[in-house]
Amino acid sequence: MIRIDNVSKWFGPMQVLADCSTSVDRGEVVVVCGPSGSGKSTLLKCINGLERVQKGTIVVNGVEVTGRRADLTRLRARLGMVFQHFELYPHMTALDNVCLAQQKVLKRSREEAVAKAMALLKRVGVEEQAHKYPSQLSGGQQQRVAIARGLAMDPVAMLFDEPTSALDPEMINEVLEVMVELAQEGMTMVVVTHEMGFARKVADRVVFMDEGRIVEDAPTEAFFGAPRSERARLFLSKILNHV
Amino acid sequence: MSAFDLSVITENLPFLWEGLQLSLLLTALAVLGGIVLGTVLALVRLSGFAPLALLAASYVNLIRSMPLILVIFWFYFLVPLVIGRPVGGLYSALIALVLFEAAYYSEIIRAGIQAVPRGNIWAGKATGLNYWQIQRHIVLPQAFRHMLPVLLTQAIILFQDTSLVFVVSLRDFMTATSIVAQKEGRLVEMYTFAAIVYFVICFAASILVRRLKGGTPQ
Amino acid sequence: MDYNWNWAVLFQEPYAEWLLSGVYWTFAVALAAWVIAFTVGSLIGVARTVPNRFARAVGGAYVELFRNVPLLVQMFLWYFVLPEVVPEALGHWMKRDMPNPQYISAVLCLGFYTASRVAEQVRAGIQSLPAGLTQAGQASGLSTVQVYRYILLPIAYRVIIPPLTSEFLTIFKNSSLALTIGLLELTARAQQITDYTFQGFEAFTAATVIYVAIALLATLVMHLVEGRLRVPGMATREASGS
Repeated sequence: MIRIDNVSKWFGPMQVLADCSTSVDRGEVVVVCGPSGSGKSTLLKCINGLERVQKGTIVVNGVEVTGRRADLTRLRARLGMVFQHFELYPHMTALDNVCLAQQKVLKRSREEAVAKAMALLKRVGVEEQAHKYPSQLSGGQQQRVAIARGLAMDPVAMLFDEPTSALDPEMINEVLEVMVELAQEGMTMVVVTHEMGFARKVADRVVFMDEGRIVEDAPTEAFFGAPRSERARLFLSKILNHV
Repeated sequence: MSAFDLSVITENLPFLWEGLQLSLLLTALAVLGGIVLGTVLALVRLSGFAPLALLAASYVNLIRSMPLILVIFWFYFLVPLVIGRPVGGLYSALIALVLFEAAYYSEIIRAGIQAVPRGNIWAGKATGLNYWQIQRHIVLPQAFRHMLPVLLTQAIILFQDTSLVFVVSLRDFMTATSIVAQKEGRLVEMYTFAAIVYFVICFAASILVRRLKGGTPQ
Repeated sequence: MDYNWNWAVLFQEPYAEWLLSGVYWTFAVALAAWVIAFTVGSLIGVARTVPNRFARAVGGAYVELFRNVPLLVQMFLWYFVLPEVVPEALGHWMKRDMPNPQYISAVLCLGFYTASRVAEQVRAGIQSLPAGLTQAGQASGLSTVQVYRYILLPIAYRVIIPPLTSEFLTIFKNSSLALTIGLLELTARAQQITDYTFQGFEAFTAATVIYVAIALLATLVMHLVEGRLRVPGMATREASGS
C-alpha cells in the first residue's frame, strides 16, 4: 500500500531524512516515534507529497508520489491527514469543514456531502457541534472534526501527525479512542505520536526514527519487549517513565 | 514623435540639481520636525491626561483624514494672513509638511512606545523616577531603536510627498523638472527622467532600510 | 489678523455648485480607481504568494515600481507621457478624441498605484495564515486554485478589512492629485473659490469637513462590513498607517 524506498531529503544544507526505507501494508497500523527533530513529521508529509524528496521513491496505492508526473491532488483525495494543530478552516462550521473537499474534489452533491458529514461527525461523537465554528469548540472536539474531515474522502489510508500533542491532557483520550476504533475497523494508518499506550494497544509495527534515520522498524511486541538499538532503548525509558 | 532627446536633461542638470537639493532639504527638515512633534504628540496621547490627550488625538485624526495638497493650500493661505505680510512658498510649505508628517510619525512612535515591555516601566517607577524621566531614559531609547526602520520608511514616503510643493510652485525637483519640460517642450524626456531619479533614490533607500532590519522585505 | 468672515459665500452661486461639482468628481475618481485597485491589487497580491517563481517576481517588480515613484510623477506620466509613447494612432486618439482625458488618466494612475498597496495588504493577509491551513486543504486533494478560493482568500480578506479600509480612504485623499492635471475635484474647487473670493478659511474648511465626513463614512462602512462577515473567534489585523 505504502512503500518508502531510500528516501533522503535536505532543507538547504541540512539533511532531514537520510536513506529511509519502510512499508505499510493494507490494514496495518504503523506508529512512528522518536525525539523532536528526528524527521518523523517530515517523513509523514512526504507520503502525500506535501514535502518533496530529493532522493528515493515513495509509492502509495500504486501511484509513485515522487514521480515527476504524479497527480498529487488525485492521490491526496484518497488519503486522509490529521494535523497536530487541527487546521480546521476557521471561517466554516464543523459541518462545512467536512463537506468542502467532498463537494469540490469528489464532486458530491451538497445533500450527499452533508449526509456523509453528519454520519461521520456522529461517529466521532461531535454531531451536536456540527453547526459551530472551530473557535467555539474545544481542542479535542476540533481534532475529532478533523478526523471526520479526513474520513469524509473515503480514504485508503489515514496519516496522523502528532494528533494529540497540542491537546490538553484531559482531551487526549477522546481522540485516541476514535483512533483506536478506526484501527480496529481495519483502516490503514500511519501515526506519528508519543502516545505509547496507543501504540501498544493497536499498532502492528513501530518505527523509531532519530536524526533523520529509521533506526528501528519492528513489530510492536518486539519493539517494546526488546528494542535492539541503544537509542530506542534510551528513548523508551524516558517516555515510558512519563506515562 | 521626435527622437528621445537626452541633451535637454544634460543641459539643465544644474537647475535640476538645485531643485533636488531643495527636495532633500525639505525632506530632512520635515523628518526632523515631524519626529520631534510626533514624539510630543505620542507622549501626550499616552500620558493619561484626558483633555490634552483628546486634543492630540483629534489633531492626529483630523490631519490623517486630509489630503496633503489641502494642508499645503491651507498653510499657503494661512501663514501670510497670520504673519500679516506676504511670505514665500517655502515657509508655508515647510510648516505644512512638518505638521502633516508629525501626525503620521506620532502614530508610528505611539505604537513603538506601547511595544516597550511594561515591566521596564514598573521597574523605573519602583526606583522613584517620574514620568518624563522614565520616558527619556528607559522608554524612548528602546522604542526608537525598534522603530528605526519604520521611521526611515516614513522618511522615504516623506521624500515622495515633498513633490507636492509643486502645487504652490516651490522650486523643488518636481517643479524644476516641470519648468524645464514646459520651456523646452520636452515632457516625455523630463518626466521620465524625474521618475527614474525618484525611483533610484527611493529604491536604494528602501534597500538600505531592509538591510538595517536585517533580512527579508515585508 | 485682518480677515473678513463670510460663511455665506459657500452657499452662493456659483460657489456652492463648484463645491458640489468638486465632491462629485472626487467620488467619481476615487470609486472608479478603487475598482481597478481592488481587482488588480488582489491579483498581484495573490501572485506574490503562489509557488511559481516567475509570478512572484512579476508581482514584486510591480509593487517596487509603483511605490518608489511619487504619485505626482506617475500622474504626469499617465497624462503627458503615455499618449506620446504609444503607437501613433492610439496617441492621436488619446490627445484629441478621447473624452475627458484628465478623468481617465487620473483614474488609471490612481487605480494602478493603489493596486500596489492593496497587493501588499493581500499578500500580508495571506502570509499571516498558518502554513498548516494550506497543507490541510492540499491534504484533502484540493488544487492550489481551490485552496486559494475556498480557504485562503475568504479568511485573508476578512483579516485585512481594516487596512483595506485605510487604502480606500487613502484613495479619496489621493484623488486630490488629479488637480495637477486639471481635474476640478474638491480641493481644486476650494482653491478656486479662494482665488475668486479670498474667503480661504471658509472654502478650505468646507473641503476639510467633507474629507473628514468621508473618513467617518468609510470607517462606518468598514464596521458594518466587518460585522456582516464576522466569523466567531477570528481576529483581524490593525488598520495600517498612511
